[in-house]
Amino acid sequence: MSRKPLAASATQIADDVVRFDDVSMRYGRGPEVLTDLNFALAPGSFHFVTGPSGAGKSTLLKLIYLAARPSKGLVHLFGQDVARATARTRPYLRRRIGVVFQDLLLLDHLSAFDNAALPLRIAGGDPAQYRADVAELLSWVGLGERMHAMPATLAGGEKQRLAIARAVVNRPEILLADEPTANVDHDMALRIFRLFVELNRLGTTVVIATHDTDLVARSGRPMLHLDGGRLTLRPPAGPSAP
Amino acid sequence: MSELFDLARWRPAPLLPERDARDGSLIFVVAVLCFLACLTAMGVIAAGRAAGGWTGQLTGEATVIVRPQGGETPDAAAARAAEVLADVPGVTEARALEPAKAYDLIRPWMGDVSDLADLPVPRLVTVTLDAKHPANARTLGRTLKAQGVDATVDDHSLWIKDIRRAGEVVRWLGAGVFALIAGAAAAVVAFATRAGLAARRDVVEVLHLAGAEDSYIARLFQLRFARVAGLAGLIGAAGAGLVAAILRLLGGGEGLTPALPLAWGDLAAVLPCPLLAALVAAVAAQTTAMKLIGDMR
Repeated sequence: MSRKPLAASATQIADDVVRFDDVSMRYGRGPEVLTDLNFALAPGSFHFVTGPSGAGKSTLLKLIYLAARPSKGLVHLFGQDVARATARTRPYLRRRIGVVFQDLLLLDHLSAFDNAALPLRIAGGDPAQYRADVAELLSWVGLGERMHAMPATLAGGEKQRLAIARAVVNRPEILLADEPTANVDHDMALRIFRLFVELNRLGTTVVIATHDTDLVARSGRPMLHLDGGRLTLRPPAGPSAP
Repeated sequence: MSELFDLARWRPAPLLPERDARDGSLIFVVAVLCFLACLTAMGVIAAGRAAGGWTGQLTGEATVIVRPQGGETPDAAAARAAEVLADVPGVTEARALEPAKAYDLIRPWMGDVSDLADLPVPRLVTVTLDAKHPANARTLGRTLKAQGVDATVDDHSLWIKDIRRAGEVVRWLGAGVFALIAGAAAAVVAFATRAGLAARRDVVEVLHLAGAEDSYIARLFQLRFARVAGLAGLIGAAGAGLVAAILRLLGGGEGLTPALPLAWGDLAAVLPCPLLAALVAAVAAQTTAMKLIGDMR
């Protein structure tokens, strides 16, 4: 991450995967949840978003995955000002982003395989072309034996890994994960983290919002720390990736 | 890989759950509306046929009232008028009404009259007109006058006008009722789409965030409600067809009343119903879903 001046050059903006310029956010007439955020994420970077509950971590991710609009300031995604994106172009921006939602948002009437294949299906892929890739990905996240299972029958860690599989199945340029290790034990948290590291090695920009200070400390990755709606960059807290 | 999962046979599952607890009520309401719409359509067709039949009968005939002149007897005047009229182009047949029939016509008002000759009863001549090139009242009147026959020609135009107007009114009323029913069906489907979208907000949200276009999501609801309404239309149409078939069997070609003569061919009016119901539902669901998804954005 780098803190950049407002008047960034067009080349700089185009290079960044995400760029926030003086971004503030409030819900309705409530108080500001985020205040004057300025940061940029380079392609292939790996950051944690940390901070106490209510600090605005989820809101920050929502602004990136276009589920919320800033009250003030400019958000650029892949070099594009998202405020200028139309109803027609927004879906194509979203397809470049993978999201692991805090509440997972798995569709309970679809099998694990159908849930994981969803982004490819939406993008208009041919099932005959992508089904082998989906199966391979599910095996990679350890769900090779649970492809037919409905989400209600999956354990917490399995659901979490299914949500991750769905988020990365169409090889997004940036992966956002909101508390992806909140409901799993320590070993599973480490396995999930290794998945993210592997994806990052393949070139995906990764942003993880988490309360898991132990995981952050062990990861050796920089942090976007939120407190009272303000953001500060913190350097890696501990040794390199597990 | 799971033994329970056959990758080669996998096909994408429907993105909306195939069954919904509300489907039963929706199918019932739309089926009832379709049933009423089909009965209306068949009623309009039957009423149109009745009006057409009466109009055809009236336009194919004319009645001439003959008044005797000088020393001529009423019967002789009528016979002469019939003779004159039979030669007019556009007339197939002209026949003086027999005295006994004239007696029958006036009996309801005059009671028993023993001798018609005592009464100055005008004689009638019934004229059957050529179906393709009928003679008009003015030609008939002019010919009679030229031959010195004092007569009035009635080509039933007053009645024909009234019957045609009544037929038009029935047609417009039917179209109005049909439009109201279609509107009610569209409103029901729009309401169901709203409820469906609200109930499956999770699906809409996930699809949206995964990069689905608004039209893609709306199409899911459009197809779903078109299918449900098509099924309801089929049930309603089958019900209406059955009722009409029973009426045709019990009442013959005249149905229940001569004002609604049913033909077997009229039952074909129910055939487009499932398709129309699906179409109305598709448009209503698409419009509603696009608006609601737009509001969510």
